[in-house]
Amino acid sequence: MIHIIQLFWDWITQSANWSGDDGIPNRLAEHLWYSGLALLIAAAIGLPLGLLTGHTGRGGFLAVSLANFGRALPTLGILVLVVLLYGVGLGPVLTALILLAVPPILVNTYEGVRGVDADMKDAAKGMGMTGRQVLFKVEVPAALPLILLGLRTAAIQIVATATVAAYVSLGGLGRYIFDGFQRQDYPMVVGGSVLVVLLAVIVSLGFLALRRLVVPLGVRHREKAV
Amino acid sequence: MDLHGEPLVRWNWVADHVDLFATLTRQHLFLSLMPVLLGLLIAVPLGVVSVRWRWLYPPVFAAANLLYTVPSLALFMLMLDITGLLSPWTAIIPLTGFTLSVLVPNVVDGLRQVPDPVRQAATAMGFGRLRRLLQVELPIAVPIVMAGLRVTTVSSISLVSVAVLVGQGGLGQLFIEGAQKDFPTPIIVGIVLITLLAAVFDLLLVVAQRLLTPWARTRRGTP
Repeated sequence: MIHIIQLFWDWITQSANWSGDDGIPNRLAEHLWYSGLALLIAAAIGLPLGLLTGHTGRGGFLAVSLANFGRALPTLGILVLVVLLYGVGLGPVLTALILLAVPPILVNTYEGVRGVDADMKDAAKGMGMTGRQVLFKVEVPAALPLILLGLRTAAIQIVATATVAAYVSLGGLGRYIFDGFQRQDYPMVVGGSVLVVLLAVIVSLGFLALRRLVVPLGVRHREKAV
Repeated sequence: MDLHGEPLVRWNWVADHVDLFATLTRQHLFLSLMPVLLGLLIAVPLGVVSVRWRWLYPPVFAAANLLYTVPSLALFMLMLDITGLLSPWTAIIPLTGFTLSVLVPNVVDGLRQVPDPVRQAATAMGFGRLRRLLQVELPIAVPIVMAGLRVTTVSSISLVSVAVLVGQGGLGQLFIEGAQKDFPTPIIVGIVLITLLAAVFDLLLVVAQRLLTPWARTRRGTP
């Protein structure tokens, strides 16, 4: 452990590692760019589908099965296959990242919306709310903790898979791991690995903070009571 | 899609390499199921003490959360420093950490949802603390623990293939072979076998849960 910390410190304090295409700022920016884009698109697909299936109660079984199937898919295999079939580049890799990130978003949104107390929905309808109002004013706020959990799971998975994607010649922090491995430069491998760990932890903490910010007080209290 | 005339699956190559698939599958199962087994053996006692002494749970939960977050590829690489390229522990230890991150919270949730009247009834019948735990509380926790076990088993079977990059990946080797030779057949065989293994073990766990919780069956059966 101490050895790892020392290797990391020595590597990260070398000024050569902070400039150019292969510098930490550029690699980090690449990693954030792929990951952010993939998460955005996966959310744009998963959230509406989850809201729809959860609100109507239809297609739920399909959503859950899809999520289970998604978990079983080996990321390395998917990445390698996609690149072999469609060539090296951002497009194919991004598709793989999105493919793996949609299921957790979809299924958590579905479970969240579906799990909203029936009495609450009845009360909302009784107050004269339309279906759309029930969804956005009652179901979504009540389901927010689970929706955010799904987004967080997807984000963690994307950051991890984007690292593996360096194996198929993508940029990002994973480059240090694979280039270091090939050059038998273990300090470089450690540098990349620790940076990826730190990034994943920061992303995860970011979602916890977001949850504190956006989840309504009433929902938070109910959650504690259970 | 441009494969220069190469078919997506070369069936005669598949037929010629059945022995290889069998060997890799055995390795794959060892590397992916060991972490689940070790994780379960650690998670149950850890969960029990976290429920017994409440102050213990927040730090344990935070550690579990952290382990869940950390990408396994990075952990495999960092493990190399301690265990080296040739040891299966390079793959098994990080995956055990992942398993724990899912199983410990599930064991705790499972034990916490045991209704108080049930606990009191067991005590009133003269059950000691240990016997109450083993014969009443843990069996009631089985469905929630099982849910976690299914998630970890399926995830472990798919995640372990990444460990091929540190020399320990079972069926993951087929991905490397395919990538190096621009040859899709082994990649597709690998994806299919891994997904299939995950489905089979998921099914086995569902069956095990039915056997372990006979009361759930009878309750559902009575009109």
